[in-house]
Amino acid sequence: MANRLLIRGGRVIDPAQDLDDVRDVLIEDGVIREVAPRLPTPPETTVLEARGLIVAPGFIDMHVHLREPGEEDKETIETGTRAAAAGGFTAVACMANTNPVNDTAAVTQWILERARAVGVVRVYPVAAVTRGLQGQELTEMGELADAGAVAFSDDGRPIRSAQVLRCALEYSRITDRVVIDHCEDPDLTQGGAMNEGYYSSLLGLPGMPPEAEAIIVARDIFLARRTEAPVHIAHVSTRAAVELVRWAKQKGLPVTAEATPHHFTLSDRAVYERPYDTNLKMNPPLRTEDDVAAVVEGLADGTIDAIASDHAPHRLDDKRVEFDLAAFGVIGLETAVALALDRLVHTGRLSLRRMVELFTVGPARVLRLPTPTVAPGRPADLTLIDPDQTWTYRVEASFSRSRNSPFDGWTFRGRAVQTIVGGRVVFEAPAQQEGRRGRK
Amino acid sequence: MRIVMTPEDMSRTLSRMAHEIAEKFNREIAQAVMVGIRTRGLPLAQRLQALLRDVTGVTLPLGVLDITLYRDDLTQIGPAPLVRKTELPFRVTDRPVFLIDDVLFTGRTIRAALDELVDYGRPRTVRLFVLIDRDHRELPIQADVVGQFVATELDEIVHVLLRETDGRDGVVVTRRTEPLDLEALV
Amino acid sequence: MTGRTEPTLDMTSPGQWHRRHLLAIEPLSREEILTVLDVAAAMKEISQRDVKKVPALRGKTVVLLFFEPSTRTRTSFEIAAKRLSADTVSFSVSTSSVSKGETFLDTVLNIQAMAPDAIVVRHRSAGAPYFITNYIDACVINAGDGSHEHPTQALLDAMTVRERLGRLDGLKVAIVGDILHSRVARSNVFLWHKMGSEVWVCGPPTLLPPVFRQWPVRVTYRLEEALEGADVIMVLRLQLERHISLRFPSIREYFQRYGLTRERLKYAKEGVLIMHPGPMNRGIEIESEVADGPYSVILYQVANGIAVRMAVLYLLLGGATG
Repeated sequence: MANRLLIRGGRVIDPAQDLDDVRDVLIEDGVIREVAPRLPTPPETTVLEARGLIVAPGFIDMHVHLREPGEEDKETIETGTRAAAAGGFTAVACMANTNPVNDTAAVTQWILERARAVGVVRVYPVAAVTRGLQGQELTEMGELADAGAVAFSDDGRPIRSAQVLRCALEYSRITDRVVIDHCEDPDLTQGGAMNEGYYSSLLGLPGMPPEAEAIIVARDIFLARRTEAPVHIAHVSTRAAVELVRWAKQKGLPVTAEATPHHFTLSDRAVYERPYDTNLKMNPPLRTEDDVAAVVEGLADGTIDAIASDHAPHRLDDKRVEFDLAAFGVIGLETAVALALDRLVHTGRLSLRRMVELFTVGPARVLRLPTPTVAPGRPADLTLIDPDQTWTYRVEASFSRSRNSPFDGWTFRGRAVQTIVGGRVVFEAPAQQEGRRGRK
Repeated sequence: MRIVMTPEDMSRTLSRMAHEIAEKFNREIAQAVMVGIRTRGLPLAQRLQALLRDVTGVTLPLGVLDITLYRDDLTQIGPAPLVRKTELPFRVTDRPVFLIDDVLFTGRTIRAALDELVDYGRPRTVRLFVLIDRDHRELPIQADVVGQFVATELDEIVHVLLRETDGRDGVVVTRRTEPLDLEALV
Repeated sequence: MTGRTEPTLDMTSPGQWHRRHLLAIEPLSREEILTVLDVAAAMKEISQRDVKKVPALRGKTVVLLFFEPSTRTRTSFEIAAKRLSADTVSFSVSTSSVSKGETFLDTVLNIQAMAPDAIVVRHRSAGAPYFITNYIDACVINAGDGSHEHPTQALLDAMTVRERLGRLDGLKVAIVGDILHSRVARSNVFLWHKMGSEVWVCGPPTLLPPVFRQWPVRVTYRLEEALEGADVIMVLRLQLERHISLRFPSIREYFQRYGLTRERLKYAKEGVLIMHPGPMNRGIEIESEVADGPYSVILYQVANGIAVRMAVLYLLLGGATG
């Protein structure tokens, strides 16, 4: 007997097909069977009323730290993917800085097996560029790619040597996989705790100059030109970095970039307003208002290809310490889509369609994944969004094992309300908290 | 609101107090120092100093005590009351101290003032002169010279007004909730 | 001290104090600063009595939590607390379990369990006093946190200047040295700006990066310009162990450019006040002849430190708390 789900009356936004209209979507055995303005309901079909909701291809978070293997007290593949589902993501790419590091095919395979067993959404492992993330010897990229690695990155730390990066970029071409770089000049940021600027000077905190990012972004762009190999700039946070990427794209260089919700929402002023709150400490750090504006511009004009959360769970013990000693990073899977809706779409700075692109075809193109689209024959990975539901994020109710969110207690307009992976509803938001608008 | 003293009453009363002090403590005056308790004890002490000079020809040295840091109710009242300087530009040991305050009520202020005084030395004697004694003592403390005894209820406030601090002289009694109408004094 | 002055009525009415903690100068209003200074002026007299103790804070416990060695600040707070009859307990790195690897939070929670009324904290991390306020009921006083602030130092500096020059506004205050890492500089910049004086900061550019132009100060790398017409010169301690070689090439060149010498004093106003938060590096940031000379008020600063800290302890702990 076929397992059928009919999503009725939703507004399908599918950038790949240039579609933005009301459609019914019929799913059968995990695959999209039919998409049409009005479909009859076949027998024994679960019907999901989606009037007033947006139906989009499944969202992808291309930059997540799942911490497993090795740091299961911070996050696991199970809890991290559950949080991803709650945030509206049907797939995540997980970074290699686990313990052991994902620098061998065995670790990549283990992650994939574990994800198949307990994962709630799809998991795409990102393997290390260098062994042990040491920045010296290349990993066996060919075998890693064959094992299922979708990209290479030493994220968490920059690739310090330009020569190592150059070779990595050149060698990566045997795999058709992108190298993702965390752009930071570690000499300039050494000992730093927040963005270097007016607020770091007020707070007396050691600074991380924005140029530490720009310098490495420029280096990476020139190495991409030299090697003709694609490079992806992780979490751009400064105006200079956005402008460099824009320049690279104008020159036709194979450079892509992503930005995080915290970098398009918060500035370093927040650290002054919430003095020394360690949940505002991340790397790259929160930058100035001008940098925030530049990131938003980059998202809108196509300079930046994807919104990625850089979900970085940490133990309470690593955050409940002096600011300069606290771990860098925040969790973000559950708030990314809400922030994009609340801060970018509802403020008129981004169209809904562009937002959907940034969560779907954008990251898919960078990671060389099949283009996400709501079309017959494709896996039924869908994200359903209520763009107007008002809700409050409570980190104590998070599905993540960690609690290091800077957005605890924030109220948002808009959220993902249903997450469907392979035709299965893996997350359903609780009904509207303070009934602004009922759905049936 | 009750008017207890007019400006004329006050100057008469202070003058009488000066005479009474001069007579009662005749043998101490030559050695004595005067100490007013902030805030209104200080101008009263200054006036008595002048009056005593007229009566006896002696100008007594004058100092001021701020007893805030010696209060026994510090931890029971709102924010910490502000403290001003205690200034005793003389030694008190072995000398008679004439302590001056505007109103004697529970006796607690005087207790604090005595505690503070002894931190400066060991006075030979301490005499207490007050403009108003309003009764309701909570400690075994009495004044040596009183300007006027005023029977009051516990929920009443005795307002001593002085030119130096309030722009006019007079004493009025109000209920705690009642506004103070200064014009009535004129 | 001169004694034979007639007592003054002093009916000026300083503002009330409503803060539970003293974490920094930056958030304080001009009126709050004046309140502390007025109360400190009253407190100073207590230290001149035979019995240097008043009962105001009897039964209160003040914990002195020092994660950085600082004998003089700790001693100053300790004397201040004792003159107000508070009990003091000292925790310093060498004697507490910090050296046994206990976390800052655990140390703080252990102290909270001892139910102190105030915690005076010195810590090498900026923001550490803010951190404590999240976990503890007691009043928290910042006695210096990393490169952030040292509020009681700026208050005692202001008290000293007010005593000497009779005013806090319309002055030219020059702060010289490692501005970037100095908590004393930060607290003083905020204070003098709020009081209506002009602040000049001066030091080698490695210790005074361009971001300081966004501050309410005048920035110069030339000492003579900073000293020109100055009423007050604050010389900061150079942290030799930390910066030599990269931030400046040698002590010799530092002294040549930024050392406060008798010759350079001629640029300042007649009767200029020379201040230093201590401990001094004689012959590095300040010449001994200047440190010990007639314009130096360094030892008055120490005396006023006790009065200011008494005022702060009294304002936070006197009255009903909690």
